[in-house]
Amino acid sequence: MKATPLLLAGLGILAAGTFAFRLSGPVLRSRVTFPVPMARLLEVAAVVVLTALVAVTALTSGHSPAGYARPAGVLMAGLLAWRKAPFIVVVLAAAVTTAMLRLLGAALG
Amino acid sequence: MACLAVWLYGLSYGAVAVADGFPVWLPAAASILVIAGSSELLFVGVVAAGGSPIAAALAGLLVNSRHLPYGLALPDGILGRGWRRVLGTHLMNDESVVFALAEPDLAAKRRAYWFCALGTLAAWPSGAFLGALAGSVVRDTNALGLDAVFPAVILALVFPSLREGRMRLAAVAGAGVAVATTAFLPPGVPVLLALVAVVAAR
Repeated sequence: MKATPLLLAGLGILAAGTFAFRLSGPVLRSRVTFPVPMARLLEVAAVVVLTALVAVTALTSGHSPAGYARPAGVLMAGLLAWRKAPFIVVVLAAAVTTAMLRLLGAALG
Repeated sequence: MACLAVWLYGLSYGAVAVADGFPVWLPAAASILVIAGSSELLFVGVVAAGGSPIAAALAGLLVNSRHLPYGLALPDGILGRGWRRVLGTHLMNDESVVFALAEPDLAAKRRAYWFCALGTLAAWPSGAFLGALAGSVVRDTNALGLDAVFPAVILALVFPSLREGRMRLAAVAGAGVAVATTAFLPPGVPVLLALVAVVAAR
């Protein structure tokens, strides 16, 4: 693949637009004061978006299901997080579980 | 700790980008200029699949629009003033916002935010660059389970919030909506559509 001007333009748009999104939250916030229910609503919105991001990245690849190894790894991470395991244990367990399942699958397949 | 996970994720991202045929500098440059993991992976993925870089950038922006509610949710006084405000704004990400919101008072929120933001600045680009270098050696990073790292990181971060009943209800409903619509909506849209589930938290 070549580093065409179009590729650089795309990167520039992504970088500048992302900064604009990051900037507009705090700027809007200092102009308008939000009542408490609104603040709670925003907190819920952030958690909902993040959880959806977890589900989509854990369960799907592109437009199709992701197979079983990655969801199983993330499920393992969820169980460990529920048992209040340390953060790094949770994350490494996800990677190790997924890798082991793929290794098994490759060995059996 | 979160930074180590981000670093691992960066490794996988750099390796994937190079495997897709991008030059080594691209994931490294994007990781500093954009510094928002999932949108960068999406950008690389769409271009690698033959999409226009402009369309890929717009898809990435759709994913990154979640930074608008993040910025609204952050209390005043975390970002500071002048150049700190610019840097703090640029480094706003999933992890820094979640860690900041989890702390009880403003001083602790500010500490958590900056610690995580600067940690990401150190971990994400270095991971992406090393991953890109390694990508030409290790062909299949999925064999190492690195694709499970990103959802696991975010899950571990939101887990404390999910212990609250109504919040969990809304989050699970939103996740269901997002997964169900992934099959036919463009990437990035399902995650935003999950916001309809916010009403479940009332």
